[in-house]
Amino acid sequence: MTTPQVQRQIVYRRPKALNDVPTHYCPGCTHGIAHRLVAEVLDEMGVIEKTIGVASVGCSVFGYNYFECDFVEAPHGRAPAMATGIKRVIPDSIVFTYQGDGDLVSIGMGEITHAAARGENITVVFINNAIYGMTGGQMAPTTLPGQKTTSSQNGRDVKRMGYPIRMSEMLATLDGASYVVRRSLHDPANIRKAKKAIRTAFEVQHQGLGFSLVELLSTCPINWGMSPVEALKWVEEHMVPVYPLGDYKVSPTVAALRIR
Amino acid sequence: MAKELLKGNIAIAEAAIRAGLEAYFGYPITPQTELLEWMSKRMPELGRIFLQAESELAAINMVYGAACTGARVMSSSSSPGVSLMMEGLSYIAGTEVPMVLVDVMRGGPGLGNIAPSQGDYFQMVHGGGHGDYYPIALAPASVQEAIDLTVLSFDLAEKYRSIVFVLADGSIGQMMEPAELPEMRPMKKEYPAWATRGAQGRPRNILTSIYVDAEDEEQTNLRLLRRWKEIETNEVRYRAYYLDDAEIVVVGFGTAGRVALSAVRTARAQGIPVGLLRPITLRPFPTQQIRELAKQAQSFLVVEMNGGQMLDDVRLAVAGQAPVDFYGRMGGVVPMSEEIEREIQRLAHNPVPLYADVRQAWMQRLLQTKTKGAW
Amino acid sequence: MPRVRGWIEVDESHCKGCGLCVAACPQDVMHLDPERLTSQGYHPAALKSEGCTGCGICAIVCPDAALTVFREVIAPQRQATAAAA
Repeated sequence: MTTPQVQRQIVYRRPKALNDVPTHYCPGCTHGIAHRLVAEVLDEMGVIEKTIGVASVGCSVFGYNYFECDFVEAPHGRAPAMATGIKRVIPDSIVFTYQGDGDLVSIGMGEITHAAARGENITVVFINNAIYGMTGGQMAPTTLPGQKTTSSQNGRDVKRMGYPIRMSEMLATLDGASYVVRRSLHDPANIRKAKKAIRTAFEVQHQGLGFSLVELLSTCPINWGMSPVEALKWVEEHMVPVYPLGDYKVSPTVAALRIR
Repeated sequence: MAKELLKGNIAIAEAAIRAGLEAYFGYPITPQTELLEWMSKRMPELGRIFLQAESELAAINMVYGAACTGARVMSSSSSPGVSLMMEGLSYIAGTEVPMVLVDVMRGGPGLGNIAPSQGDYFQMVHGGGHGDYYPIALAPASVQEAIDLTVLSFDLAEKYRSIVFVLADGSIGQMMEPAELPEMRPMKKEYPAWATRGAQGRPRNILTSIYVDAEDEEQTNLRLLRRWKEIETNEVRYRAYYLDDAEIVVVGFGTAGRVALSAVRTARAQGIPVGLLRPITLRPFPTQQIRELAKQAQSFLVVEMNGGQMLDDVRLAVAGQAPVDFYGRMGGVVPMSEEIEREIQRLAHNPVPLYADVRQAWMQRLLQTKTKGAW
Repeated sequence: MPRVRGWIEVDESHCKGCGLCVAACPQDVMHLDPERLTSQGYHPAALKSEGCTGCGICAIVCPDAALTVFREVIAPQRQATAAAA
């Protein structure tokens, strides 16, 4: 005769660092996954009370609504400059920016590049979805060659509109950058890797090791004109070949970092 | 503290430091660069923050970030650099965080030159950035006044959660004069409840200039306006010289006001009943004081180092009670005392009619005084 | 063999019915419930049949952190452990 022994566990629950406000993101937009991963990391590290987030302009403009930490909202592209101002004044805080590709790669190219070059001890979560989401799907610097957007309706003609910018590769050339990696949010395995990278990036800052950036390939189902599931496949099939996943800069001190 | 011979830019920098400045972010531009250079030396040795940004855009947004922490923070620049900062200034105004910006004005528009000018009156006093906002603008006319107003600027910024401009022209920045610096103030230890410094033991703070709902934005606009009305009531500052019996009232600020004072003194010595009102706060403008003076004055003469940017504010204050004449030099030219004295003499003998096109007449006079086809 | 039983709770204030969890579920036991509408007008995610193992993949792909995942491990307790040795 046997008596069953029942062990009940909670496998997953909503992170505390994420507050109870429903996001404004479209259904299936992977911005939400990125938010969730950041919140999980802030919870795990127990740093929410000393974290100050910097929201940017674009779809993540309302990012400040969703995290249980202090937040400011930067002008378009200027989040790394604002983050610099905060971090320099309060060096033992955790300061992160959350920026899309229009914000970071286009109008904010100067601010992100110099923040990285200075080795500013901040963490940047960079969402690359190859399009301007908030304004309705216009061409971004990251738009793929041939990709149709509302401002490149016959597809991005690289002869007239230039080529996509690979930001992680560019920033990795800077001595000031300590940790620059590209991950993707298109399937569970990659989401797990993305979370690990975000955790590493925040640890880099926590331990004062300098500038960290995680580029996340993300979807924009509505503006791409796809279902959320199709959009994930599009990331895998079209974005990953142009934006290869990988570690572009891991400084020796970061490589030696052991995260419990 | 004893008086010492100080250069304007350095005096402003040291005054800010002694007023408890925690962080400075800036970008080199003539004729304010000595200010930044002084900061680069002094701030780190005091354990405070100095950072040379990659652009004025970045500098003002670093200031924005630091201001959100409630820290005493400033930047400095000169006219073209300040144009670049307008985006950030509008956001800072919309977020209601205090900060100080020193503008050492130079000739413009465009790249212009590096000579002293007052051509930024419009962009500083009447906006420049987008949306409804109301910065305080202080205009020193000497190195000592630049020191005193710099110290005051931080207190005003924090009192009203406002942007405060110290609007100096290149002469003030570059000249050396005996002046007295204040004692070093202790750094502040407490920060306002709204500051984003980490939500430890309190609900989170959010600082933003976004109000998606138009009604909310309008409430914010009204809040800023109410605060501005309070500033208008409390903070008007000006200097009056020989105004008690003045029939001609000269109005000029900063270096133009200072040169005008010499001219007024000379004209007085010749028996002309002339006085000078030198606005120290260009915003809030001494409108009521000028309106009162208009009851006794026969005429006004506005003197500026621009094409008459303050002129309309004086006209609005005078409100048709007396003619308002104008004399200015532009492009980085500082008027000589004799030029202004000549203008006072002219007014004393030939007052202009009410509502005359004084700008047109001034341009004609300026053209006539130029010989040998210089223009 | 221990038996594993899992289940989910869906927070309908957050779920937008995007279906990413449905597509990702390794057991294929989820659907968007056609009988329900959230206050935002979405058909929310739900379990459609038995077989959830509580693996948590649905939560990993959920953009709205709308899912709480539970799991029960039911290990039959043997009378004589020596017999198993």
